[in-house]
Amino acid sequence: MLAAIGVASVDDLLTAIPADARRPALGLPPGMSEAEVQAHLEELAARNRPAGAGPFFLGGPVQRRYIPAAVPVLALRGEFLTAYTPYQPEVSQGTLQAVFEYQSLMAELLAMDVVNSSMYEGSTAMAEAAFMAVRAAGRKKVVVAADVFAQYRQTLATYARGPDLEVVTAPASQLAAAAAGAACVIVQYPNAFGGLIDVRGTADLAHAAGALCVVVTEPHACALLEPPGALGADIVVGEGQPLGIPISFGGPHLGIIACREPLVRQLPGRIVGQTADANGTRGFVNTLQTREQHIRREKATSNICTNEALAAIMAATYLALLGPEGLRAAARVGVQRAHELARRLAALPGCSVAPDTSTPMDWGIPHFFDRFLLLTPLGDGLREALLAEDILAGEPTRGHYTHVADGVLVQCTEMTTPAEMDALVAAVQRIASREPVATG
Amino acid sequence: MRIVPDVGAATEMPALEPLLVELARDGRHVRGGEGAEDHIPASFRRTVPLALPELTEPQVVRHYTHLAQLNYSVDGGMYPLGSCTMKYNPKVNDRAAALPGFADIHPQQPDETVQGALALLHELQDILAKVTGMDAVTLQPAAGAHAEFTAVLMFKAYHESRGEGSTRRRVIVPDSAHGTNPASAAMCGFDVTTVRSDARGNIDLASLKAALGPDVVGLMLTNPNTLGLFEERVREVCAAVHDVGGLVYGDGANMNALLGVVRPGDLGLDCIHINVHKTFSTPHGAGGPGAGPLCVKTPLEPFLPLHRVIRDADGTYRRVAGARFSQAVGRMRSFVGNFGVLVRAYTYMRTLGEEGMVETSNDAILAANYLLARLRARYQVAYDRTPMHEFVLTAAPQKKKGASALDIAKALIDEGFHPPSVYFPLIVPEALMIEPTETEPKETLDAFADALLRIAERVDSDPGSLHDAPVSAPLRRLDEVSAARRPVLRWKPSL
Repeated sequence: MLAAIGVASVDDLLTAIPADARRPALGLPPGMSEAEVQAHLEELAARNRPAGAGPFFLGGPVQRRYIPAAVPVLALRGEFLTAYTPYQPEVSQGTLQAVFEYQSLMAELLAMDVVNSSMYEGSTAMAEAAFMAVRAAGRKKVVVAADVFAQYRQTLATYARGPDLEVVTAPASQLAAAAAGAACVIVQYPNAFGGLIDVRGTADLAHAAGALCVVVTEPHACALLEPPGALGADIVVGEGQPLGIPISFGGPHLGIIACREPLVRQLPGRIVGQTADANGTRGFVNTLQTREQHIRREKATSNICTNEALAAIMAATYLALLGPEGLRAAARVGVQRAHELARRLAALPGCSVAPDTSTPMDWGIPHFFDRFLLLTPLGDGLREALLAEDILAGEPTRGHYTHVADGVLVQCTEMTTPAEMDALVAAVQRIASREPVATG
Repeated sequence: MRIVPDVGAATEMPALEPLLVELARDGRHVRGGEGAEDHIPASFRRTVPLALPELTEPQVVRHYTHLAQLNYSVDGGMYPLGSCTMKYNPKVNDRAAALPGFADIHPQQPDETVQGALALLHELQDILAKVTGMDAVTLQPAAGAHAEFTAVLMFKAYHESRGEGSTRRRVIVPDSAHGTNPASAAMCGFDVTTVRSDARGNIDLASLKAALGPDVVGLMLTNPNTLGLFEERVREVCAAVHDVGGLVYGDGANMNALLGVVRPGDLGLDCIHINVHKTFSTPHGAGGPGAGPLCVKTPLEPFLPLHRVIRDADGTYRRVAGARFSQAVGRMRSFVGNFGVLVRAYTYMRTLGEEGMVETSNDAILAANYLLARLRARYQVAYDRTPMHEFVLTAAPQKKKGASALDIAKALIDEGFHPPSVYFPLIVPEALMIEPTETEPKETLDAFADALLRIAERVDSDPGSLHDAPVSAPLRRLDEVSAARRPVLRWKPSL
């Protein structure tokens, strides 16, 4: 090969590189055989405590849900896994149709007009929705409810530093006042604590102020709850990970973004559309590409290029396997277990849960879906005390949510077992009956 | 209730594979348990139909199997998309990422329950710093473009910390750059100034110097650039930007040429992102996921996003934020990064080790130069000097004869290959951008060269015959104009 090129060595091909910087020693260890590297990775993995190894109640933006065996078998086939973005549609119909079906199923679930082919994850989808609204409304103020996931609000705050947006965080009672002059009002449904907020009321107050209504939601909730698209939302975003995608320490996951038809040209990212080939056979292509960075460069609706298409295919596979009844059933189990657990925990001395009909929080939300805030005399010290008993419960709320007492979030899904629930109730009973001590 | 297409004649269109909704039949599923609705007030319950398709598992399995069979993939053949580095993706990487100790851990677990994951991330940061010659790394960005946005936000914070936030408003981008570069700068509210390339495919230094001034945020530099050419005066370029107080961003999309060859940190760049889904062999997943770690020099480290992964003196690992990092730009996403992708990249890098890294880039450069040597006879090179790991041909002469770059690309499909990138970079008319990667053996490179040479002969003898290509793919050419003019973006339920 060198002879065909006409050089004596590869080094002869590197003359454009400054000579003194060529061929540095990197200081890396030597390579490993496949067996060695597998053993090394297994050793690292063994130093982690998997969710399934004991009682587990973490959740919120990332949820441990059952993954049907067929999802990874299908979506991780080499033909999907090792393909690139479908730039050549004639040899990419598998990807394109699978993503088109994801768009269709997700739009149906959310009751929205258009879904794009995916964003990175939930929080960046929400930030990009704010950017969409800013462009559409020509305003630079974004209002976000205080009971949106803390991580999502933090990502929004980071993104907002780019175009110097004004981000106003407000509790539900102050959203109407804050909406004046805003591009959008962002709320979460169910909220960070599982609370069922009034989406219709938010949409009305946003629209009255000439702002768009952006709703952060989650797919399983939409199977049982009136979906945001039926409640006046203009843009809907969320995390699609619960649809058959491993929790995997926070990624890769699936950013969902959907909008009403008039906003479609403001959508970021790729969108697949239906068309026909030269023979009149149905086919699919990436379309409306004049929104995108490779065509419009600095005038694009976003810089996103690589997305999470494989996760979108996994989510569609999951929805196809479960169907409407399977999805509702999975959602129902989480709701039932959360409510049973909340009832049992709230009966313990010194314990209460929120949202709750008897102890409504400041925002006056009495009902929750499949997660809730557990309040005990230990505050968020409870988390540490539970960890000592090998029970993983939710993120602490302190410092992340205003208007909320210190507690821990408890998430239930169809994976939550009665034995885990018994273990949590027994542990909380033991811990709460002890004298509160300073922890951590 | 049944979903039916609202696109009129679409139902009568012949199709390669029915849609899920066309395979479905109502009532196939037994209704599940009731009861949960008792906990949901009536006013919150779903009233709009949930018209998802009802299918059996075998139907779903066959549907996705049929769809998969319509795709071209690296597992199926050579995929020489320029700038995309479609190398083979080793299967051991996938198996590692699927270990329950990685796939089944939650990002909100306490640090003491995820020490193995944090150790892996910390070690990965260290390897990336060594390979790039940088000092600190964030693994948060989900993709190259996400890393670009992260870096430009960090540039903004850096200049603000020096009291120059309001005066520095312009980002310089070469005309050969990926579209993500100007788009990322625009997301930070900056103006974009494009500088042209010179006759050798380098940044035109005079144009660059004319564009520089005290209002410049920085330069976004891809090296090797999208022509596959190493920037011959890279140190002068960086120095000129630094002279006006600007910063140099490295777009690491083409890092596959540089492993053990040269470290960007030794050339004057202030930071660089790595597309691990290119250079470090993680699968592209039909468009994603990827991961775009961002490696920076010490002056930028205080601005890295949170949370950081650090190693304490006692050998334990922690995710940290807080007052110590008051200059950090913030959080770029909910959690530490696309962990499942990063596990694959780490597995690959440990497999390669020092020698494997060097071999990787050597072989990638050798493959590109060999392929170019074979194609020179019938194709014109856009900027004719020694390329690194990829090269750009111009099909302008073929276009004059009646066959465009697009026609050549589609003809390659009939030869059994995925086409190269076409019509990019924008500065090359009728561009064919070819990146073979190190994982294709000589026999495959020769077969690909033979195919392109046969196509060149067809252009000479019967260019019109290329207009019909492809004829052997699952579909003929698709009508993209109608798709955009009358968009059908989903199937809708209809009563």
